[in-house]
Amino acid sequence: MENQQYTAQNYKSDQNVRWCAGCGDHAALSCLHKAMAELGVPPHMTAVISGIGCSSRLPYYCNTYGFHTIHGRAAAVATGFKLANPQMTVWQVSGDGDGLAIGGNHFIHALRRNIDINILLLNNKIYGLTKGQYSPTSPRGFVSKSSPYGTVEDPFVPAELAFGARATFFARSIDVELDNTRECLVAAARHKGAAVTEVLQNCVIFNNGIHAGVADKAVRAERTITLHHGEKMLFGKDKEYGLVQNGFGLKAVKLGEDGYTIDDVLVHDAHCQDDFLHRSLALMDGETLPLAIGVIRDVEAPSYNDALEQQIERVRKYSDLRSMILAGETWTVD
Amino acid sequence: MCNFASKVTTSNNSMALNPDTNVATMQNVVVRFSGDSGDGMQLAGTIFTNVSASVGNQVSTFPDYPAEIRAPQGSLSGVSGFQVSLGTDVFTPGDTCDVLVAMNAAALKRNYKIVKPSGLIILDSDSCKEVDLKKAEFQTLDPIAELDIKCEVMQVSLTTQTKAALEGTGLDLKSMMKCRNVFALGLMCWLFDRPIERARQMLREKFAKKPAIFEANAKVLDAGYNYGANTHASTSTYRIESPAATPGIYTDINGNKATAWGLIMASERSGRPLFLGSYPITPATDILHELAKRKDLGVKAVQMEDEIAGICSAIGAAFAGSLAVTSTSGPGLALKGEAMGLAVMAELPLVVIDVQRGGPSTGLPTKTEQTDLMQALYGRNGESPLCVVAPQSPTDCFDMAFEASRIALEHMTPVILLSDAFIGNGSSAWRVPEADEYPEIHAPILPTEKADGTWKPYERNADGVRYWAIPGTEGAMHRLGGLEKDARTSVISNDPVNHEQMVYARRQKVANIANDIPLQQVFFNEEGKADTLLVGWGGTYGHLRTAAAELNAQGENVAFTHLRYINPLPCNFAEIMSNYKRVIVAELNTGMLADYLQSMHPNTEIYRINKIQGQPFMVSELVAKVKEIIK
Repeated sequence: MENQQYTAQNYKSDQNVRWCAGCGDHAALSCLHKAMAELGVPPHMTAVISGIGCSSRLPYYCNTYGFHTIHGRAAAVATGFKLANPQMTVWQVSGDGDGLAIGGNHFIHALRRNIDINILLLNNKIYGLTKGQYSPTSPRGFVSKSSPYGTVEDPFVPAELAFGARATFFARSIDVELDNTRECLVAAARHKGAAVTEVLQNCVIFNNGIHAGVADKAVRAERTITLHHGEKMLFGKDKEYGLVQNGFGLKAVKLGEDGYTIDDVLVHDAHCQDDFLHRSLALMDGETLPLAIGVIRDVEAPSYNDALEQQIERVRKYSDLRSMILAGETWTVD
Repeated sequence: MCNFASKVTTSNNSMALNPDTNVATMQNVVVRFSGDSGDGMQLAGTIFTNVSASVGNQVSTFPDYPAEIRAPQGSLSGVSGFQVSLGTDVFTPGDTCDVLVAMNAAALKRNYKIVKPSGLIILDSDSCKEVDLKKAEFQTLDPIAELDIKCEVMQVSLTTQTKAALEGTGLDLKSMMKCRNVFALGLMCWLFDRPIERARQMLREKFAKKPAIFEANAKVLDAGYNYGANTHASTSTYRIESPAATPGIYTDINGNKATAWGLIMASERSGRPLFLGSYPITPATDILHELAKRKDLGVKAVQMEDEIAGICSAIGAAFAGSLAVTSTSGPGLALKGEAMGLAVMAELPLVVIDVQRGGPSTGLPTKTEQTDLMQALYGRNGESPLCVVAPQSPTDCFDMAFEASRIALEHMTPVILLSDAFIGNGSSAWRVPEADEYPEIHAPILPTEKADGTWKPYERNADGVRYWAIPGTEGAMHRLGGLEKDARTSVISNDPVNHEQMVYARRQKVANIANDIPLQQVFFNEEGKADTLLVGWGGTYGHLRTAAAELNAQGENVAFTHLRYINPLPCNFAEIMSNYKRVIVAELNTGMLADYLQSMHPNTEIYRINKIQGQPFMVSELVAKVKEIIK
């Protein structure tokens, strides 16, 4: 902790949290409060803006400026807010439906513009508030109330969508990985530009265990890999596995087997402008290769809000409307 | 060759020939430039207008262009027009024109009907060859005879003359052809005795980055002027009367630019920075263009990814403390409906500009209508009242954009400004206001002593207005949202009685605006003799006022009132309505304002005059219809 001025308590509002017991959103909220404290940005300089859905109730639980808007539009509201008041640290909270279905257009354009907002994407692969329909991240064949015979469509992988929209920051966590979630959120806030942090979140009522394949304690060490910039990409209970280059792709190997040593293991470079390996890492799904969590990509690029301020400073010419008009074509009537 | 002067003086008593100087003096004159949509008619018309305004004429313009950027050359669908009325007491661009410039056969066919019998048509004879006539769907080789045109037609070999003027410049044929409009402009400058130096100066500014093109256009401008002077050396020129205008500095302004500037003025007078979130849509895009340019004044204008993002970014900016605006036309307003409801619920100041066009759906994108009134008043889910205002002329767009902003900021509410294609694109001379001419705007910013951590965002002042705490203020953190809030604690509430209380609180807040707007004025009933009241709203003011004046001049006692504030209505409007035996509502839709007023005045018999043709009213048709109703 580099700033002791604030604790997580300073960012908690007096409202009772109304999510279901056991919902992954509780953990995400707690990590966000801790990340805010760690960042040390005062509550009055922080804004949390959400759309609609279970997770979008989050602003009510933060003692900051908050705005619970309309379905899918949080990114657009947050964009306007940040441009109008660029000194504020702006968080956007959306679920997979809010952010990637009805709000998909605003999501990709916020990333393309690289507006300096921190998008917390809570992905439970289900519509919870409407009581259990499939979402754009539900797997093909998923059975839900609106897909009783299974879906016949493929899901988005949020990271892939983000990279397609030229995201400069993408991190991933799992609701049960508290430290990693907090670290990702801190890194997201420090990133200048649009930052997406996807948290794989359990919906205890409508999609319980959807992430169990990577989140269960018994398998988590071997089915996930926590990435840190500048460190070897190792995983397993005793870090006995590593990721190595395999032709055009990646391969998981056990150190000491088949002639692989620690020297063969790749070092994670989140700051590499070329996103080729970032994409490969982000697409690992915990089946053949471990699911990547942590900051996958974090590269510098001009943010829209900075560029706008700089442009205005550069072209600014007049002090007021009248002097602007008088500099143009006019005539005088005496 | 024709003698236009003698023609006009014999047929219209508002024009009188001065026998000594052989200069025809006209109170006002209407000129229409028409040609292919690529012929530069808008530019020629705009420069002619500005030159006229700069010599003191009142002006009113009507650019009438097709939706296609470049329809097939020479075709009827590709005809673009620019009409301007010049003189004194000019409120409309005119029903009919005195001079028509037709750059080709299609333009002639499209427009000949609106030329007065006493008028003059200037036709490019080079563009009336067999192939041109065919494209314009003529059956014979004599368009004048085929259309049975009785007024004077001056046939000018405009294309040949333009090419001749540019001989030896090395300009390619395509570039030469682009100068034809300026030949016509030169000719009109001669005919109406306009200072050609002004026109040249405007061309120099227009082509500042292309000096060779400017030189070519300047040559052609002179050639057009000299052509008139040389071939009509003995013909009269015309002097158009100018009104005694308020002294000051003037500029030419169209409605959309006036709207943009009115917002800037409101930003200056309120101290709140101006933010525009928008998405391009005809005919509102010029507002985005102008405010994007005004980054030189510090305006933040952002082109968002869609209409919804346009309004949502503005709502975000409003929450953040800006004078926030979104601009659109009817289809965009439909997309913004849900977000407007959010602004109603969050009680944030927001200006939503709808430059109306023909609908429904894509409709007539470049044409004018007043068909979004019901959408503006009611087009949202739930009980979501907001303020609706409508400018009545191009220059009034400045005042009403200022008013919309003032009301939004002082009453913490979204306000819809209903402009339209006719006034948005139309232009007028406008006096540049002095720095302190417009009042200061006082938004209800949360007082520092209230920012103690206990303040509740939905707490209201005596006017029913909540405070605006600007994010970044210590001790004023709060949460807004689309969910209903408790009137007392400002936290989410599903309580039935509370909801009803909040619905009425929001309604009352908007109703209270009636105490903060000017009283409604009535014209042409100073002696109280009229028993008929003609009512209009928004962009039809010029035509309705001129029609009412005409009716009174003909001895009909018809009073006239024009609404700029529609929700809420001015306090005295109900009383005005009750003073007349007959109320006639004229509007460019099937009767939306009439229905709205009828719902509030069930015992008044409301007559209706409606037109839904994508075109403004004509004064003559209004006069005829009112007479029919009152006879």
